[in-house]
Amino acid sequence: MKALDKTMKDVQFFSKGTKILVVLLGLAAIAVIYRYVFGLGGATNLSDDVPWGLWVAFDVFAGVALAAGGFAVTAAVYIFNMKKYKPIARPAILTAFIGYSVVMLGLLIDIGQSQRFWHPLLMWQHRSVMFEVVICITLYSNVLALEFAPAVLEKLKLTGLLKILKFFTFPLVIAGIVLSFLHQSSLGAFFLIMPARLSQLWYSPIMPQMFYISAIAVGLAMVSFESIVSAKAFKKEYEMDILKGLGKGTRITLGIYLLVKIIDMIVRGTFPMLLDGSLASKFYIAEILIGAIIPIILYSIKSTQESVGGILTSSSFVIFGVLFNRFNINFFAQLRPGISYFPSVAEIAITVGLVALGIFAYRIAAVYFPVMHDSQEQH
Amino acid sequence: MVSNTMPVDTKAVKKGVLIDLTKCIGCRGCQVICKNWNNRAVKKTVLTGNFTNPLEMNSETYTTVKFFEEEKENKMSWNFVKTQCMHCKDPACASACPVGAFTKDPRGPVTYNAEKCIGCRYCMMACPFGVPKYEWEKLFPVIQKCTFCVDRLDAGLIPSCAKTCTSKAIFFGDYDAIVAEAEKRIKDNPEKYVNHIYGKEEAGGTSWMYLSSVPFEQLGFKTNIPKRALPDLTWASLSKVPAAVGTLITVLSLVAYFRNRGDKDKGE
Ligand code: SF4
Ligand code: SF4
Repeated sequence: MKALDKTMKDVQFFSKGTKILVVLLGLAAIAVIYRYVFGLGGATNLSDDVPWGLWVAFDVFAGVALAAGGFAVTAAVYIFNMKKYKPIARPAILTAFIGYSVVMLGLLIDIGQSQRFWHPLLMWQHRSVMFEVVICITLYSNVLALEFAPAVLEKLKLTGLLKILKFFTFPLVIAGIVLSFLHQSSLGAFFLIMPARLSQLWYSPIMPQMFYISAIAVGLAMVSFESIVSAKAFKKEYEMDILKGLGKGTRITLGIYLLVKIIDMIVRGTFPMLLDGSLASKFYIAEILIGAIIPIILYSIKSTQESVGGILTSSSFVIFGVLFNRFNINFFAQLRPGISYFPSVAEIAITVGLVALGIFAYRIAAVYFPVMHDSQEQH
Repeated sequence: MVSNTMPVDTKAVKKGVLIDLTKCIGCRGCQVICKNWNNRAVKKTVLTGNFTNPLEMNSETYTTVKFFEEEKENKMSWNFVKTQCMHCKDPACASACPVGAFTKDPRGPVTYNAEKCIGCRYCMMACPFGVPKYEWEKLFPVIQKCTFCVDRLDAGLIPSCAKTCTSKAIFFGDYDAIVAEAEKRIKDNPEKYVNHIYGKEEAGGTSWMYLSSVPFEQLGFKTNIPKRALPDLTWASLSKVPAAVGTLITVLSLVAYFRNRGDKDKGE
């Protein structure tokens, strides 16, 4: 308790940023009401031609990828015993937990029969990727809740329970990694059934593997990004050593990703499509440049990796690149003549609101629970 | 007189439907009777300068006849294409659905149970023919699509569109007999038909098939659909899940054990 007071003493909960968040949340709440009064057709620009829009692409596909830092960091800390990263384990777990909660909320709003959200839990259809992902995400958010529970128990001083939970650390971490592997890759498997719908630039039998690798890269980049931003917000020192390590991890993962992409293009012979001048090809090239090539270069420059600004820039590229990739696969890889889609105001408001909700929840948790400071030191 | 059906028992064995586009006169009788039998409401449509109306199937229209103009020997000629669910042998919609709302009836119909549906719309993304449609205007929307008139089959009747088709363009019968009939028509009139039964192999085969005198790609048919069951593509990945789980748990436990060995003594 004392440590907490000391760390958070000078942090005013309702900063200017927080007030903006509250406004965004208010707008999103109105949009949610609108959606449940006028239905999906009234509130969104979705149609039979574009059944999945911003909510699926961003709130679900991008959201899950961005929350991958949780399993990547716990793997490093607990499985590979890289103690250096222990201080960021808790923030990463918290981000992941909030991320997945927000994803599930987004999914709930997106499905037409929200009141039946529990159906997949009872009506199993094991051949469906959607079924697998829903089950994995549900289980994983429970795992994340348990992984974060020690912070709550410490705050409540429930040492007995804390001891019991400690005993289960390893099984929980392993369960989290396995579940993450399954659903992160299965998000790529979603599109395997659409060989005629997706542009051949993106369609590949190894989409699951690509989704998994890029999720690790963006998960790590997200953790760096967030460490810097929250250090700023909570007026803490930057941990350059950790940031450098994360950068190295991101660079290696991106390198593997780029290599896999190139090999895939050679094997499937899609290189000529790059130059066919279509919108899809331009987006594909932009995606690879922004999401892989530029950040790999940035991560390889020593001076960039030694400055906070440099790390922030490099990780922003990765984050934007992976978002771009998920959007491409959800829309631009499916371009057909005569079909257009741009999200409605309500769609945008709810998506922005979900992000605001995530940041807001993180802020509350970081202020009230031992997240930021190294609580492990206490025992 | 040729009938719209072979003398068949609608309650037994695999059924099929052959749509011979060369026979279709574009009367849209099937479109009307389909609405009638399935209690589909009218939907407001717009003038598009095209006779096709509505342009695509929608939640109130399980089948729509598309009109294609073509210039043949300096003369204008029409081609009409009735569209509806193809009733795939191994339907992508059914394998995509997380709650198993779709069922493949052994006789051929791919049926949908609206009570289970959560409205995720993955079936719409997965169907290679763009068939499942959504009730966008409703507050609690469900999917809508052609039912193969499974209720009529149960009652010993043939699908209403096949029943009503005045020009015998829609031909209902036992699946094998339908395929044989399609092959025979092509063989007997090779100059009339393109040598392709659309639906015989597309997406691993469908219960509904087409014959045409005009290349299918000119009539709005998707010709880039693989000739294999699409659910297999997903299953190639999903079937590896149990093995992946086992391997991962073992490897992670071993790594965790060896990397963390010794730490215990230091009393972490
Ligand atoms: S055509 Fe589409 S909706 Fe009909 S059975 Fe095949 S996959 Fe399902
Ligand atoms: S929208 Fe309904 S029927 Fe279609 S896949 Fe989702 S749950 Fe199944």
